[in-house]
Amino acid sequence: MKKTSLVVLKILTWAACLFPAAWLTYAAITNTLGPDPTATITFTTGKTALWLLTISLAITPIRQLLKPLNWLLRFRRLLGLFAFFYASLHLLTYIGLYAGFDLRTIVDDVTRRRFIFIGFAAWLILLPLAATSTNWAIRKLGGKRWALLHKSVYFAALAGVIHYWWGVKPGVRTPLLVTVVFLMLMAARLLLAWLKRGRAMR
Amino acid sequence: MLIRKPDDIPALEITPKADYMNRRKFLAQAAAVGLTAGSALFSPRSAFAGTKLQAVKSPLTTTGEELTSYKDVTTFNNFYEFGTGKEEPAIYAQDLPTRPWTLRVEGKVKKPLTFDIDQLLKLRPLEDRVYRHRCVEAWSMVIPWIGYSLSELIKQCEPLSTAKYVQFLSWYDKRYIHWPGQTGIQWPYSEGLRMDEAMHPLTLLTFGLYGEVLPNQNGAPVRIVVPWKYGFKSAKSIVTMRFIDYMPPTTWNELAPTEYGFYSNVNPNVDHPRWSQKTERRIGQPFYAQRKTTLFLNGYADQVASLYTGMDLKRNF
Repeated sequence: MKKTSLVVLKILTWAACLFPAAWLTYAAITNTLGPDPTATITFTTGKTALWLLTISLAITPIRQLLKPLNWLLRFRRLLGLFAFFYASLHLLTYIGLYAGFDLRTIVDDVTRRRFIFIGFAAWLILLPLAATSTNWAIRKLGGKRWALLHKSVYFAALAGVIHYWWGVKPGVRTPLLVTVVFLMLMAARLLLAWLKRGRAMR
Repeated sequence: MLIRKPDDIPALEITPKADYMNRRKFLAQAAAVGLTAGSALFSPRSAFAGTKLQAVKSPLTTTGEELTSYKDVTTFNNFYEFGTGKEEPAIYAQDLPTRPWTLRVEGKVKKPLTFDIDQLLKLRPLEDRVYRHRCVEAWSMVIPWIGYSLSELIKQCEPLSTAKYVQFLSWYDKRYIHWPGQTGIQWPYSEGLRMDEAMHPLTLLTFGLYGEVLPNQNGAPVRIVVPWKYGFKSAKSIVTMRFIDYMPPTTWNELAPTEYGFYSNVNPNVDHPRWSQKTERRIGQPFYAQRKTTLFLNGYADQVASLYTGMDLKRNF
């Protein structure tokens, strides 16, 4: 991949990742967030976080299947950090617009409501991953330990998917698509690992 | 539980003075209004949303609240027969066949009856009533409905003394093109009230909103509105009213009994398992101004709290 194409792609990725936040900001200023602005902010930030995280999980299997796309690795950190950015906005939305910055309400919700608990857990898992995303941190931790730590991203995504299902009413199927994609990616990883082992044994 | 006695409000403060002074004229007008509303709706062409309904201001109207815009009231709906998304009913309910429409009354009544929608519209003078509307999902609106007390219809039905509950069944047609397949709901949508709740003057048999015939997505052509209960208790597009001696099965209660009780009175002290009911989000307000304190029985405690004297509302949620 040529350097200029990489730069162009990076700019496009940045633009795409910033788009939901930019739209929310614009709509909030012009008061066009729809009938239930709080819900619009909640769902936009939450869904964007979960989708970016899921897309970032797709990079490794795609690279393994299609070697010429190896350069995709250079986008994984960007996507992961943007996922964390939206997850944080999502959490802030809850803290500000639902809990009204009231610590007792937050503690009460996190301890008593499973969907809030697991959503909070997902964010907590992402926090150290975001904090150790720099090259310096990778060197400091050592590649192996760093990779092991960052395996927990699967749990964050899984917790995110469960959070989505536990949050919606019975009968609502909106979390289905992201769930299917997530499960397919997990299945692809298992399959690829199994194939690799088979090859190694031969 | 503390139950406050209703305030003694002089009638003068509720009824506009001109009407109050001119009761005879008022009654004549109301009758005329009922007739014109009925005849205007006689031709099927004019039976749709947008048709004006003449109504008189009701003393039971809620005051001091900013109305939710017509646009938000008619584009942000829960009506699972037409999709689970809030914006879907406004699109897919347009094919709901609201004419001809009949309401069957059956069960423990002197004799089963069938009312045509135009008959229902003429039965009593229509009233303009603003009510707070609180959804169990913790959002709320303020809506100017049009209708008359359900008790007026129930009196005509002559229920037997053995009738303890009223069950409402909504329109359903699985042949309908956009019929949602896998929601897990047993159609038709079923709701119910205890007889005294159904007979309470606040329980509104509703035909319109904002001075017009109900848009389909809001439950055309006839629905009930029970302002002190969560929105899903206010069944839409009703085709059957059944008087029974047992607590009827209700749709959301059957789907998730731990989340939606039979009574489902608005109660800030009883949380939904997934969220607090202490506050609500007012629809149509900017994001920083949406949050409001939820009132016990949605602010109608003075009128209806006596219905629940001695009942544990935490257990009977």
